[in-house]
Amino acid sequence: MIETHLPAIIALTFVAFSILIPVFGIWKEELSQPLAVLGSGIAAFFSVYGFFVFLDVGMIRYPFGGWAPPIGIEFVYDGLSAFFLLVINVVTFIALIYSKYRGRAEFPGKEMPFYSLTMLMMLGFNGILLTGDLFNLFVFLEIASLSMYSLISIGKKPASYAAFRYLIIGTAGGTLYLLGVGYLYTITGTLNIIDMSAMLPTFAENSSVVAALLLMVVGIGIKAALFPTHGWLPDSYTFTSSPSSILIAPIGTKVAAYVLFRVMLYLFGIELTDAVMPLSYLVGILACIGIVYGSVMAIAQSNMKRMLAYSSVSQIGYIIMGLSLANPFGFAGALLHVLNHAVMKACLFMISGNITHREGNSDMSRFDESYRKKYPWSMASLSVAAISMVGLPPLAGFFSKWYLALGTVENGNWLFLGVIIVSSLLNAVYFFRILERVYMNDPYEEEQTEEEQQKAVAAATYNEPPASMLSPTVILALSLFAIGFANVLIVSALMGFFPL
Amino acid sequence: MDISLVPLFAILVSLVIVPLIYMSTNRPNLRETWTVIAALIKFGLVLTLLPGALEGKSVEIHLFELAPGLPLALNADPFGVFFALIASGLWIFTSFYSIGYMRGAGEKKQTRYFASFAVCLSATIGIAFSANLLTFILFYEALTLATYPLVIHNEKKDAIKAGRGYLAYTLTAGLLLVAGAALIYHYTGTLDFTPGGLFQELELPQSTMLVLFIIFLGGVGVKAGLMPIHSWLPEAMAAPTPVSALLHAVAVVKSGVFAVIRIVGFVFGTDVMVDYGLSDILIVVAGVTIILASLLAFAQDNLKRRLAYSTVGHLSYIVLGVAMITPLGMTGGMMHIAAHATMKITLFFCAGAIYVNLHRTEISNLNGIAKVMPWTMAAFVIGSMGLSGIPPINGFFSKWYLAMGALEGGMLVPVGVLVLSGMLNAGYFFPIVYRAYFKKGEGLEGYGEASPFMVVPIMVTATLSVLFGLFPNLFFGFFDLAVDISATLFNSASP
Repeated sequence: MIETHLPAIIALTFVAFSILIPVFGIWKEELSQPLAVLGSGIAAFFSVYGFFVFLDVGMIRYPFGGWAPPIGIEFVYDGLSAFFLLVINVVTFIALIYSKYRGRAEFPGKEMPFYSLTMLMMLGFNGILLTGDLFNLFVFLEIASLSMYSLISIGKKPASYAAFRYLIIGTAGGTLYLLGVGYLYTITGTLNIIDMSAMLPTFAENSSVVAALLLMVVGIGIKAALFPTHGWLPDSYTFTSSPSSILIAPIGTKVAAYVLFRVMLYLFGIELTDAVMPLSYLVGILACIGIVYGSVMAIAQSNMKRMLAYSSVSQIGYIIMGLSLANPFGFAGALLHVLNHAVMKACLFMISGNITHREGNSDMSRFDESYRKKYPWSMASLSVAAISMVGLPPLAGFFSKWYLALGTVENGNWLFLGVIIVSSLLNAVYFFRILERVYMNDPYEEEQTEEEQQKAVAAATYNEPPASMLSPTVILALSLFAIGFANVLIVSALMGFFPL
Repeated sequence: MDISLVPLFAILVSLVIVPLIYMSTNRPNLRETWTVIAALIKFGLVLTLLPGALEGKSVEIHLFELAPGLPLALNADPFGVFFALIASGLWIFTSFYSIGYMRGAGEKKQTRYFASFAVCLSATIGIAFSANLLTFILFYEALTLATYPLVIHNEKKDAIKAGRGYLAYTLTAGLLLVAGAALIYHYTGTLDFTPGGLFQELELPQSTMLVLFIIFLGGVGVKAGLMPIHSWLPEAMAAPTPVSALLHAVAVVKSGVFAVIRIVGFVFGTDVMVDYGLSDILIVVAGVTIILASLLAFAQDNLKRRLAYSTVGHLSYIVLGVAMITPLGMTGGMMHIAAHATMKITLFFCAGAIYVNLHRTEISNLNGIAKVMPWTMAAFVIGSMGLSGIPPINGFFSKWYLAMGALEGGMLVPVGVLVLSGMLNAGYFFPIVYRAYFKKGEGLEGYGEASPFMVVPIMVTATLSVLFGLFPNLFFGFFDLAVDISATLFNSASP
């Protein structure tokens, strides 16, 4: 019974909790966060369960209201959806556990709307991942985006400006996508993805179809912060509150990347995508520029959150690069990187949150050796996540790069291979810079002598944040080892999802 | 092919003691006991693999899959055992020496030092026993990360700068290896080290092969100190002396040349090296490195930096021996791994003893020190003689085989390089000996020989150098092992 209704259950959980939270939140505000954890926990459980059900029984099509597609709207639970659902719902569950104290500290009195909006955003994301209908996808995209704008505007003073900028750019992106869907609808007369993908080969060279494809890719590219439309991202992630950056940064752009996967590889298929112009290659080039640009900008930052935001621009590039390779290795590498990056970025933003919780900010120029004693677990997690970001074995980050590299070699694409190498080195620069500050005396420090520094270190005492913040951080760091060791299991499943 | 857990245990034994070392931070004697115990067990484990290796057998173990079709696999083949034996054997002496040095010099953060050292040894043995390129990369990167805390140990400006340079070079090299591995996997569908190479049934365009080889050369050449990518090595002499001794004379740089042999003999294969003209590239690079490094060594007044340049030169002896693609040259190269290891570790130990005892690092300050440190300087003389290729030290022996290998291949230039470099070596080492013995020293009153913890390892490694020179087969049939290994590389390549 549950198996057949799985797609609906996952999405509707969030609907239910987005209503329950205000109801209970008005009565007792402290209940909002536990309820959000409960809601996302249920969804996470069903996503994990559903992933295994999918591996067992294959694709589940769930027509709403018994109206058979293409007339009715259906949810399609296939490999790609199942994997993305698993990643975003589990990471969000962990992120919501984390956000209890930071939420209370950063937006007192606004907890109820925050968590309710979070549930709405997750509804949007889950809907995007599940729906089998292009217009329905737009609706969910807007639900998610509108909730995201509001969530981002909760934060420091400039947050509302950043959110407003995001709103303008994001709306343009959504509109372009909708325009593309409109073109496709007039040509094919259907909105169902499976239905439409069967019809499209007939119209491959039709100029409206080509225009539609371009509009959709550009529109979603904006939402995915694909270079050069990434401008909204750094400010948004930097100025918003820690809980919302931890919620949004690991998964927000991933879901947009999912739409690109869906459109380019499933709806059109790689041959139609490249029928008129080498679109996938162009997207790959943009991704490469984004990878290098994001890494270079990250090096230039002094605030940890902002550095991580630029690093996100770079990392989303890896995912889209893997997509653009359109071969099983690149595909598996990109999807594995979706998982890896979600875990790494959540972990890193949590570490930034931990430090902010105790120090009031996460300015990297203030990092020094005493942090090693004050925050031993956070700093150990930082080392693990950093090494994984750089891509050294046996941590998770190495393996996504390994499969991406195999994908580039398979296509004979030397440029992309070079970009992977260069950007790994740039990653090393900005992460080892922090580790150097944390784990050793600063010989360039002019105000303090070495003895004074050592005294300061000796005086520092254990000052980690509460367990509800620390344990998610450490668990995510440890899971990077687990993913690294289990990557064969994950990747062999992922390769099976590649559309032929 | 037998399955055995011994290679795995040999790797893990020094990893297991890391938590123990951290737990006994406040009890230094206990902490150092762990190191010594692990060193002895590790050497013992490697030794049990030796009889099999001498018969040409390998033992292996597949742990789990790192990537589809690419297991994390260990394979203790004769060549791996050969290298593991050198590294783990010299770790024992370095452990004792480290205790004397670190306490004598009053270094801080000794716990971190001993812990990192143990991880380094695990990684080195892992490199020796890796059965395929991906496993190899895993340990190679682990070695990079574990060495970093040792390089920056004193946390002064020059150490931090050296550490950054070290990471920049080695991480780039590691990524090049990843890229190269991806390419090889694409072309051949396997990454297992195979005597004779992976390209036996495959024709690739000359240009592709060339690019592939250069990628690999960049990948392994950094740790092997090939010019022009050697410059991290002299900088890394900012590290404490035992680190320089073991890691920059044995573990790290020897992992580099070990990797060169793996790549030449087990990935590309000797036939491919000759057919595509790749060996010529390697000969030129190695020859130029030998001469330039020897010349640059003259310019160094800092004793450790002079030794570092000497290391750069001698690593290329090994590379040269390999690059000639002759059985005798290959044997000579492998023997020089062992010979250079014992001699250079002796010299670094001497430099460290002089620093801890007299607080002198510059060669111009070493006048007359042989009077106060007779044992140390006697060992220094042995090491210098060996590196200059004077019999009966083992340096002569390996150099003899290198020259024979060159003649076997009908190449005269490498012989000339070896002779010239031998003279240059003598030219930069003997002035030090001359100063120490014949010039009048100042301010040496009240100083004596260094602590026994340091002097005994120095004497042992110096004695080993002499014994190996006189009787290369005295211990463990070492020479026969090297001959057998190079035979397998050539036999399988030309059936």
